[in-house]
Amino acid sequence: MPRLSPDGLVSARRRLLQMHYESGVGHLGGALSCLDAMMLLFHEHLRPTDDFILSKGHAVSALYVTLWSLGEISDDDLRTFCHDGTLLGAHPPANAIDRIRFATGSLGHGFSIAAGTALGCQILEQDSRIYCMTSDGEWQEGSTWEALIFACHRQLDNLTVLIDENGLQAFGSTSEVASMAPLAARISGFDADVREIDGHDPDALRDALNRPQKRLRIIILRTIKGARVAALENRLESHYLPLTTEQYVVALDEVGRP
Amino acid sequence: MRERLCEYLIEQTDDPTLVFITGDLGFRLLEPLRDALGARFINAGVAEQNMIGVAAGLSAKGLNTWVYSIAPFVYARPFEQIRNDIAFHGLPVKLVGNGGGYGYGVHGPSHHALEDYGVLLTLPTFSAYIPVFDEDIFTVARLATETTTPVYLRLGRDERPANYAPPEYEPWRHLIEGGGPVLAVVGPLATTYLSDIAKISYTRRPNLWAVSALPLEKSPPPMTFLDQVELAGTVIAIEEHVQRGGFGADLLRHFTESGVAVKTFRHLYARSHDYGRYGSQNHLRRLSGLDPASVIGLTRDC
Repeated sequence: MPRLSPDGLVSARRRLLQMHYESGVGHLGGALSCLDAMMLLFHEHLRPTDDFILSKGHAVSALYVTLWSLGEISDDDLRTFCHDGTLLGAHPPANAIDRIRFATGSLGHGFSIAAGTALGCQILEQDSRIYCMTSDGEWQEGSTWEALIFACHRQLDNLTVLIDENGLQAFGSTSEVASMAPLAARISGFDADVREIDGHDPDALRDALNRPQKRLRIIILRTIKGARVAALENRLESHYLPLTTEQYVVALDEVGRP
Repeated sequence: MRERLCEYLIEQTDDPTLVFITGDLGFRLLEPLRDALGARFINAGVAEQNMIGVAAGLSAKGLNTWVYSIAPFVYARPFEQIRNDIAFHGLPVKLVGNGGGYGYGVHGPSHHALEDYGVLLTLPTFSAYIPVFDEDIFTVARLATETTTPVYLRLGRDERPANYAPPEYEPWRHLIEGGGPVLAVVGPLATTYLSDIAKISYTRRPNLWAVSALPLEKSPPPMTFLDQVELAGTVIAIEEHVQRGGFGADLLRHFTESGVAVKTFRHLYARSHDYGRYGSQNHLRRLSGLDPASVIGLTRDC
């Protein structure tokens, strides 16, 4: 597969900012923290037989933009983001877009669904790899740990879970609200391959994804909520608030031009 | 009933898409199915939320997915997973709840399923089957398999008298004919009335109907039932389920929307999760007025 170009990534970031600015909706910070990984995964790694499940459904705008960058969602469709009558809501829609199979949004669901999908592929002897993106706050959900136990026990070597560890959740930092730090050490107690990388470093993600997989793989992406936008970076507001016009103009400069 | 279901599923193991998930239950029951299915028999452990999410993933891959546990563990603990992961996507997962109603008697309210089909039928794509007789299981399981939307099977205990030959499965069955009021009973609770009602003289004997499929917009009552209701004027809906959201409310809505004239409508239902003291299924049925003596007494008063 062709490598994701830096220009492609910049275009996606700009389009993501535009979507949120035009729709006036939030959840931009968590979309910016995982966009780099999602873009690389879709452009360089996912095969037509593979599945991606976005467990942190509130970051769906990053997924919409990624699919837009692949020509699978039109620019006109993106303009409808979160407007009345749109297919592109603030959380993934059910049964509306080919590459979005599950309507997530309530946290703690995606890992289990991904585990079932991966197990289904094993039962059907399908050569499919399943990828699931969770948030870090989502690991406060008991169901996520249920899924981890299950996926390890079933030796789901066709499943990769990416954790967007941006350190902020809805009403505080993960360390303030219900700390699981160090998350990598906690998860490493299970029978899974756990790696922790810079989630904004394409080469680090390439390396992590291209390693041979013999059991459940978990890649913890150390990321920045609201990455590359000074008004949002590591700010709780980035979970909720859209950009003002002034912030939007500055943000476009900050993420650069292709 | 669960033994029959196990037999049915063992017969279906030629279907390479059949997968069965249990929430760590089935001791001295499911071992033959486990042996027959091999890797397609999945013990999800004591983790019901994950169990349902996994079932959604399996079903989305096109697998014929069955999930089994004690009834409340199937629908209550993982309700959000049922709603979001299964129902939102219309996935044809079969949820099997054993011990519907007060089936687990003395085990207490944590193990009772008194609002199961009421809760699940608030989800528009769901159907529920409540088989009455053991012989219903093969038909109901086949119907569930053929259904392209989610299904809930509430299993209970067939308590029919010895030598009673049950009629073939229908969603609505007229079990006993008489000249008295009309009883519409959900599931195997109907079998507990067969002996006592049969002893009543014809003119006072209630018409006993057994209902096995809900909601009524998918399995409406037949015309013969509605004709009897209009003739008798009195109908008693009986279910081992709480009042709200159950069959009684659905039946009354059906009468109202269909213009069926009912002079007297009574609803007998499971009164409570909380009796303070524990007891068997029959003990708890008596406390709710669902036992044969209470029901027959009520029919005399109507």
